[in-house]
Amino acid sequence: MRRLLPLALLASLLVLPLLLQANPYLLNALIITGILTIGAMSLNLLLGFTGQLSLGHIAFFGIGAYVSALTSLGFDVEIGFGHRIVHEPWPPAAGFLLAILAAGACGYLIGRLSFRVRGAYFVIVTISFAEVVRLVALNWVELTQGPLALTGIPAMSVGVPGLGNWTLRTKLQNYYLVLAVGTLCYLLVARLVGSRFGRAMRGLKENESLALSVGINATRTLTIAAVISAAMAGAAGSLYAHYLRIIDPDVFAFSTTVSMVIMVVAGGKGTLMGPVIGGLIFGLLPVALRPVMAPEAQWIVYGIVLIVILFVMPRGIVPGLSALLARRRPAPAPLLKPSPAVQR
Amino acid sequence: MSAILSVDHVGVRFGGLVAIADLHLDVAQGEILSLIGPNGAGKTTAFNVMTGFLKPSQGDVRFRGTSLTGLSPHAIARLGLARTFQRTSVFPDDTVFDNVMIGLHGQGAQMARAPLLAALIGRAGAGERQLRARAEALLDWVGLGARAQEKAGALAYGEQRLVGVALALATEPAMLLLDEPVSGMNASETRVFVRLIRQIRERGITILLVEHDMPMVMEVSDRIVVLNYGRLIAEGPPEAIRSDPAVIEAYLGQGSAARRAAAEAQATREAAHA
Repeated sequence: MRRLLPLALLASLLVLPLLLQANPYLLNALIITGILTIGAMSLNLLLGFTGQLSLGHIAFFGIGAYVSALTSLGFDVEIGFGHRIVHEPWPPAAGFLLAILAAGACGYLIGRLSFRVRGAYFVIVTISFAEVVRLVALNWVELTQGPLALTGIPAMSVGVPGLGNWTLRTKLQNYYLVLAVGTLCYLLVARLVGSRFGRAMRGLKENESLALSVGINATRTLTIAAVISAAMAGAAGSLYAHYLRIIDPDVFAFSTTVSMVIMVVAGGKGTLMGPVIGGLIFGLLPVALRPVMAPEAQWIVYGIVLIVILFVMPRGIVPGLSALLARRRPAPAPLLKPSPAVQR
Repeated sequence: MSAILSVDHVGVRFGGLVAIADLHLDVAQGEILSLIGPNGAGKTTAFNVMTGFLKPSQGDVRFRGTSLTGLSPHAIARLGLARTFQRTSVFPDDTVFDNVMIGLHGQGAQMARAPLLAALIGRAGAGERQLRARAEALLDWVGLGARAQEKAGALAYGEQRLVGVALALATEPAMLLLDEPVSGMNASETRVFVRLIRQIRERGITILLVEHDMPMVMEVSDRIVVLNYGRLIAEGPPEAIRSDPAVIEAYLGQGSAARRAAAEAQATREAAHA
């Protein structure tokens, strides 16, 4: 059952575009939702599995977007003392990889800086970091074009040596690209939390002193989690840049972080499927509401849906529903059978 | 007998409060040593210093010849010094089995050169199976085999204590510090636990025990050290401690009207002298 749900969801997402008959409006909504859901999955790794709230998560997303865009556009900037850095355009796939590396490196810095003092300090450091990066993107006009936006970003292209090179220009192609990356990210998180490393994260979250006493290195574990989380957010940012093909400093908007937090918390933090379910619901809710009500009313309904979900299922949709299912069918626990440990 | 752990003139002060004045003690390889004393005597503080959760204001702790000063708790755990906690001894939201799997963290490190990478590319299978087998064996050994799939936080108090011991043993320690392990256990659970402590020692693990249950301490200990107000006031085998006047004074005189009266009398005397 728990293994089937993700597979069923993946299967329906695979055939969904056929049902939509390539409706561009809906495809666009699905792509943006998918990209944000990847962001939510990455946030869940920190918020859900280590308990650290990163309210500047959008910084990693935005860094991924800018690094990827600049790698594929090329740039020529003065860095002081008469030196210039000139970069010739590289293929978008290289940008995608560099976006992951750059965001991961930033995750490392933030993790090292802030995990010695945790909780509220981490929240503040991440918010400040996102704001600083946004200001850099806004004001370093020579590199980023500032508010004029980086335009003409090439579409993502995928090359297989010996087979050829495909450029993903259409919405349908981008949809499947986002689905593929999202699936990979899901599998990565699943592997991670089911491993020794995942147990270390859970131990630290549940009882830090006890975790330390069995030899778990808190700073190292949390920093690795921050690096992987940031790298995934960077990958999402890169997808975003090559899909929209134009980005401006608004990609660092605080409200996007809030959306991701809502997706994680409403879906069920600390579960694998939580951010996916939360992401789909809160990503697509505005699309579903748009034809039936005025824009002002949409956000009121959005808020009401969120409040109702958290009121009925305070731990989120996925834990709430699985508790409900467990109550209906009390399955006898097999003795000493290794548990999957993580709710799906 | 050589000392596995030496506490060398350790002092701990929280601002003006002296939690440990000047503690000096050696724990011999393979013994069961109990640390007793009235509430607030500094026993748990001493544990926290030995395991790196507190930095001493003065002095040093040496474990198997290595100075523990400045080492973090996880590094000390990996040297082979394990501990249990007084109140929260489990990871409450995980099953008992997964608790022990978390406890085996340090063991997993030795199995693969790059454990994280191995996990990501799915090569951790053999190591994981080995860890699972060890977790099962350990749970059976402490008598929790039947509870493996239950949430640790939902277990009875005494059983949570056993989970805590299993977690500590999972780190393959050379020495185990037990912080009030039988508090909240009934008489028969305590008896079982005493047997477990002896079995742990038979595995070659040195034990330092903090406990309030005097009959249990007297029964299980090779040697007892008594603390009061952060000072060592007596040390010796159980029979000697039982009849030591300083110990009786510390326990019976503690917090009573008698001591306050004595202090007042002392103050009056000093006032009279002045």
